[in-house]
Amino acid sequence: MPAPTPVTDFRERGVRILPLDPLLLFATLGLSAASLYIVGTATQDDIPGDPNYYVTRQAAYAGVGILLMLLISRFDYSRLREWKIGIYGVMIGAILLVYALGFSARGSKRAIEIGFFNFQASELGKLLLVLSLSAFVVDRMRRLEDRETTSRIILLTLIPAMLVIAQPDLGSGLVYLAIALAVLFVAGTKWTHFAALGAIAVAAVAIVLVAAPAVGVEVLKPYQVDRLTAFLNPTNNPKKEGYQINQSLTAIGSGGKTGRGDQATQTRLDFLPEHHTDFIFSVVGEELGFVGAALVLSLFALLIWRALRILTMSKNLYGALIAGGITAMLMFQVFVNVGMTIGIMPITGVPLPLMSYGGSSVLVTFMALGVMQSIYARARETATVKGL
Amino acid sequence: MYLDNDRRPTLTPQLAVRVALIGGIALVAFAVIFFRLWYLQVLSGDRYLAEARDNRVREIKVQAARGEIVDRDGRKLVDNRPANAVVLSPDRLPEDLDDRQALYRRLGKLLDMKPRAIERDVEPQLSALPYSTATVKQDVSHQLAWYLLEHRDDFRGADVERVFLRSYPHHEIGAHLFGTVGELNADQEKDPRYRDVALGDRVGQTGVEFQYDRYLRGRNGASRLQVDAMGNLNRRLNKRDPKQGRQLRLSVDLDVQEAGQEALAGGTGRGAFAVMDIKSGEVLGLGSQPSFDPNIFSKGIKKRDYDRLLDEDNGAPLTNRAIQGLYPTGSTFKLVTAVAGLEGGLITPDTPIHDPGSYTVGDTVFENAGKVAHGTLALRQALTVSSDVFFYQLGDQLNSTGDGLGLQHWARRLGMGRNTGIDLPEELPGLLPTPKWRNALYRNKETLEPWTPGHNVNLSVGQGDLQADPLQMAVAYAAIANGGRVLRPRLGQRIEDSSGRAIQQLEAPTARRLKIAPEYRQAILEGLRGAASAPGGTSTSVFADFPIQIAGKTGTAEKGAGRADQSWYVALAPWPEPKYVVAVTDEAGGFGADTAAPMARRILAALFNVKETKLVEGGGSSD
Repeated sequence: MPAPTPVTDFRERGVRILPLDPLLLFATLGLSAASLYIVGTATQDDIPGDPNYYVTRQAAYAGVGILLMLLISRFDYSRLREWKIGIYGVMIGAILLVYALGFSARGSKRAIEIGFFNFQASELGKLLLVLSLSAFVVDRMRRLEDRETTSRIILLTLIPAMLVIAQPDLGSGLVYLAIALAVLFVAGTKWTHFAALGAIAVAAVAIVLVAAPAVGVEVLKPYQVDRLTAFLNPTNNPKKEGYQINQSLTAIGSGGKTGRGDQATQTRLDFLPEHHTDFIFSVVGEELGFVGAALVLSLFALLIWRALRILTMSKNLYGALIAGGITAMLMFQVFVNVGMTIGIMPITGVPLPLMSYGGSSVLVTFMALGVMQSIYARARETATVKGL
Repeated sequence: MYLDNDRRPTLTPQLAVRVALIGGIALVAFAVIFFRLWYLQVLSGDRYLAEARDNRVREIKVQAARGEIVDRDGRKLVDNRPANAVVLSPDRLPEDLDDRQALYRRLGKLLDMKPRAIERDVEPQLSALPYSTATVKQDVSHQLAWYLLEHRDDFRGADVERVFLRSYPHHEIGAHLFGTVGELNADQEKDPRYRDVALGDRVGQTGVEFQYDRYLRGRNGASRLQVDAMGNLNRRLNKRDPKQGRQLRLSVDLDVQEAGQEALAGGTGRGAFAVMDIKSGEVLGLGSQPSFDPNIFSKGIKKRDYDRLLDEDNGAPLTNRAIQGLYPTGSTFKLVTAVAGLEGGLITPDTPIHDPGSYTVGDTVFENAGKVAHGTLALRQALTVSSDVFFYQLGDQLNSTGDGLGLQHWARRLGMGRNTGIDLPEELPGLLPTPKWRNALYRNKETLEPWTPGHNVNLSVGQGDLQADPLQMAVAYAAIANGGRVLRPRLGQRIEDSSGRAIQQLEAPTARRLKIAPEYRQAILEGLRGAASAPGGTSTSVFADFPIQIAGKTGTAEKGAGRADQSWYVALAPWPEPKYVVAVTDEAGGFGADTAAPMARRILAALFNVKETKLVEGGGSSD
């Protein structure tokens, strides 16, 4: 259990600039750099005549993202508590706006086009949900034992979750649920509540996947069900759902110990679908091998470790709950995305934070990490003031 | 501004436990991912690497031309001709079946084929070999090929490919010998003999094409292409050139083969002949009529044509009567009876036997052909004039001497009722009747009478149940003429490269040796010589003005009521040192001297390069 370490950094005391967690910053920038390298090599043949199409955009997103992160880290997150209703409203409004204005990409309506930037409300929703949900929980801390508190929080989560699942964006919906559970967990909700939620979840999955189709109600689109179950036996249908998994496994496996570099044919010849977005980890595996994949995973481990440490350092409960929610958001996405590429998790369309190409995901992740740095900075500030 | 409940100065133990739990979950998840990556990349890396390579490489087959077949003088018997084939390239073919069916309709109109037939033919090919082209039509005209290439957008997925088609420039000549080629079928695919052959490749199906397929078929080449996930060509990796099959030299003499088939066609049109070197067993000609044009097999034969070739009413042209004919041989069999009588000690070459014109066994009277009485004669004269009574008596006595199987023993040793072992597939052994065989049939009520001495009497002159073919007769006669060696006839001489240089001599199989006293053989040969040259000889008149001296025996096999007799002739030439045996039969030619003997003369003329000024009429003897 990492405890807050005493402040020894003389610069902070002297100059009074707000400190940043250096290791978290290192992991953040390291992953961002890795993303630029991998997106660059993976997409150099994708757009004829413009080998840098994706990498310049990803670099722009990262640049703006770093800027946002630094700005947010200066801002006292605690003030966001007062705006919880507004934040929650903006989240729901943005998601509904996508319904109204969104364009559809491959049958799913997920984004609004703003210039060349595709704004995905469900991505922003991840951060907004953490911020608002944490505030609601803090408000009800005295009645945390009540079942009503837990069910209210779950209900507040289910509304946006269902809206994005219907887009359909199953991955983001599941991230929302993970966030809610993490916030409740960190707040100290009773184990019995989690047990009850677990039972309800099992029942819900059974209804969605088995009972509802049996009576003719289609909760998930058939392709979603296929994608969710394909990883269990990818060779069953090598042409469709199993195809992506097989190609991903082939890509990662063929990378071997040190990777294939320029010979990464799975990526370069387009056998690996979505190689710059959802399956970017497969590209890491193919081009850089076990060594590269392990390096990227180590950066994620560092990120998660620092996030958990910030959780414990937070000067107030609100910061701890936000840190818990963001940690859960990152962990869930990393494990589900990487698990998907190595064939041990279903295909849910969850991006790999910071690594996957995509403005919304990259910007929101940077913003979330900015909030984390803000929590760190306030904690250090308080500690310094108290003379700890 | 902050509410009380937001103050949280220290880490509570409860939160510590929960954070630790989250950290624990993360640790376990990372561990699982690391082990999985270790398994995928380090332990199974090679397998996945191979898979990734397979993913990007497509092999496109380049057909190898089959080796050519030449005759003993190097004259081309079978070669290849380039042709245009309309094929479907799966990479460009529409995915949707409806779109493909539309393509089949357009192609059907262009190629004059039924769209359904195209679909039935092509779809299985496409699913069997997903990246190889499927053939729609083998041999289309240049104009059609050009039209298709110029309108490729209207026929998306269809393409024109250069292929080699087997070509038989001599058409019906030697068709049975050379055999046919056809696509490897599903049964053959499992045969280890076709290990390197893919479904749809053409292999020899009958005849020499089948027998020597291993040498003739060559090795297909391949273009290896790197493609992307959409199947678009990325770059050419490497190419393995196709290797044409080896050239095969047969012992066949094209002139002899031609003469034989023309002679047979000039008869009743159904028959067969065999010409063999009596020392080496090399076959110089082996033919069957009616014949067929094997070219129709090269581009894939239509069912209707195939059925016609199997139809008995047309004479079943696919049957190779020279090795599959099931014929009684008539008096040509007397050579066997003579050997059995001599070696069985029943007679010497000079034992006189009286021939009053008929011979009675039980209540059956066996008569000479034409009811002629030849008087008292010994073996040589009996063969020369073809006395039936002389051999009836031998047959009767052989049936009652020792185990009663003397005739069958010698017939079997001389090759009756068994395969000669020629290098052709689907040879039939025929039938050598024995008491055991007939009595078994009788017990099963498949025949009206059990074995009687009369059956052996019939067999002694090649009548009744005996079934043999010209090649078997040629082998038996050769054995008497070459000192007792029962040869295994051979067609394949050697494997050569395309310029005719020998690569491998095809091994001459060892012959079975029989012990027959030289004076007996000499007596038999002299009897045969007399039959072709002495006054009263059954075929003397046919060969009277022939410049090559020969020995030969006529045969006339009765085929039962209402059916014309089968005509036979077996010749050994040149006399007195025979080098070749010629056996000819015409299924409905009547007396041996009438039809088969003149056919033999035409073949012998081709064999010895004799210029015949006019066709010889048969006749002279009623046997």
